[in-house]
Amino acid sequence: MSLRIVVTVKYVPDATGDRHFADDLTVDRDDVDGLLSELDEYAVEQALQIAENADDAEVTVLTVGPEDAKDALRKALSMGADKAIHVEDDDLHGTDAIGTSLVLAKAVEKAGYDLVISGMASTDGTMGVVPALVAERLGVPQVTLLSEVSVEDGTVKGRRDGDAASEQLEAQLPAVVSVTDQSGEARYPSFKGIMAAKKKPVQSWDLSDLDIDAEEVGLDGAFTKVEAATERPARTAGTIVKDEGEGGKQLAEFLASQKFI
Amino acid sequence: MAEVLVYVDHVDGAVRKPTLELLTLARRLGEPVAVALGNGAADTAATLAEHGAVKVLTHDASEYAEYLVVPKVDALQAAYEALSPAAVLVPSSAEGKEIAARLALRIGSGIITDAVDLEAGDEGPVATQSVFAASFTTKSRVIKGTPVITVKPNSAAVEAAPAAGAVEALSVTFSDKATGTKVTGRTPRESTGRPELTEAAIVVSGGRGVNGAENFSIIEALADQLGAAVGASRAAVDAGWYPHTNQVGQTGKSVSPQLYIANGISGAIQHRAGMQTSKTIVAVNKDAEAPIFELVDFGVVGDLFDVVPQLTEEIKTRKG
Repeated sequence: MSLRIVVTVKYVPDATGDRHFADDLTVDRDDVDGLLSELDEYAVEQALQIAENADDAEVTVLTVGPEDAKDALRKALSMGADKAIHVEDDDLHGTDAIGTSLVLAKAVEKAGYDLVISGMASTDGTMGVVPALVAERLGVPQVTLLSEVSVEDGTVKGRRDGDAASEQLEAQLPAVVSVTDQSGEARYPSFKGIMAAKKKPVQSWDLSDLDIDAEEVGLDGAFTKVEAATERPARTAGTIVKDEGEGGKQLAEFLASQKFI
Repeated sequence: MAEVLVYVDHVDGAVRKPTLELLTLARRLGEPVAVALGNGAADTAATLAEHGAVKVLTHDASEYAEYLVVPKVDALQAAYEALSPAAVLVPSSAEGKEIAARLALRIGSGIITDAVDLEAGDEGPVATQSVFAASFTTKSRVIKGTPVITVKPNSAAVEAAPAAGAVEALSVTFSDKATGTKVTGRTPRESTGRPELTEAAIVVSGGRGVNGAENFSIIEALADQLGAAVGASRAAVDAGWYPHTNQVGQTGKSVSPQLYIANGISGAIQHRAGMQTSKTIVAVNKDAEAPIFELVDFGVVGDLFDVVPQLTEEIKTRKG
């Protein structure tokens, strides 16, 4: 039977752009270009490698987000994913991590899955908790933050590099995996891949397709509230010297004046 | 007074510094009750009591080491149910965030991660976070259920605040999901003898300009003179010059030391995200146009191979 892999991806504002908040203190998506979160490219890459090593596998890429989020799906399809699902609904605006995990879990269940693969975190929210939340909701093993991952005979194995130790993990499918930026560089879409992606199916689901009530998600359904957001004041301009033989000593003098030495 | 549950990060009974910082913050919200799990759990009690824990709930079982995350969630949930605390605080490590998130979902609560400060508010704790590569500061609250909040290292001072610290055995029944992900092997990270990157008061980092693994000895020599941790930019890590565990930036560690010294690092957004909240920033870079100089309190435009060894020598001389 075919190995069904679902990759969750997020469409995020470009981290090199001037990101800021909208009036309702959600992430402003209008003024900064969006793209597939860089950290999700690693998830797509590992999904494709696992699929290539399996006898028979299908890679579905799933996103929850506004209309423009289709761009993220298109990128993943052009890398080689087989099909895409876009969960889009006006009531989703302002959904927090708990709500996002609900939508993803319901969508993954509806799509059918053996393996869910996510990135280690999004580049905008940066919480890194959605894979654990999706695993908790689905009631399947969480095999997260892997720098190496493989799937064989219905078992997923991987290496998790923690602060204190590097751990080897193992779980039976179905499971939820997340991969780090150390898992291997993501491939660039080929011209052929980009052309082929245009013909690949993108399914659109809304909340009613997933039996989710509007009150469970969005700003109204959120479990957390951002009450204020202020731009960090620019750091006051420092002293910059050109090294003319005494740069190290000048730096030492500064550190001494600040009582660091 | 309301009790505040604090999840203890420890290694065989040695409490890590971020947990002591959590106790400082927990005391602003109520009476800290600590939860320590796994090997050496009971040995944490004395240190936790010195820093304000009124009670220390402990439980040891082989499951904590043999399976990933879920056994710890089961235990923290048991502590939550026994206490009905006003808030649950967890250190913001990768594992801490996963434990906290799963607990929040189970108890119908919201979760805030990576807080850098916490204050008591009329409607519950208010968490300060640093977002968008630290270009914004937000204040947030959990508005449903019992607030579950993870806090980054260096967010508060460690304070002595002697309390009873009475040890009580926590009763834990593991769920059937607890054994889902087996830890089949563990290689402890070799100790360098240097401070933990996220906990260090001073961090000395090297980037692309260091130009080779062997040259990192220059960075390490400076770090050792200052008693500092060593960091590396993504460029240096991707080039294989320094281990990923030392990476500072969006996909590595985010640090907030008293002093950050960036050597041969241009200061791309991905790096800035991990160090921008440092109190004092200095940089050495050949390129006068490098964006890192926009952040510095003191910068030297010059070759790090000249400047850094001279700095190291000068510190040695000054220390006598």
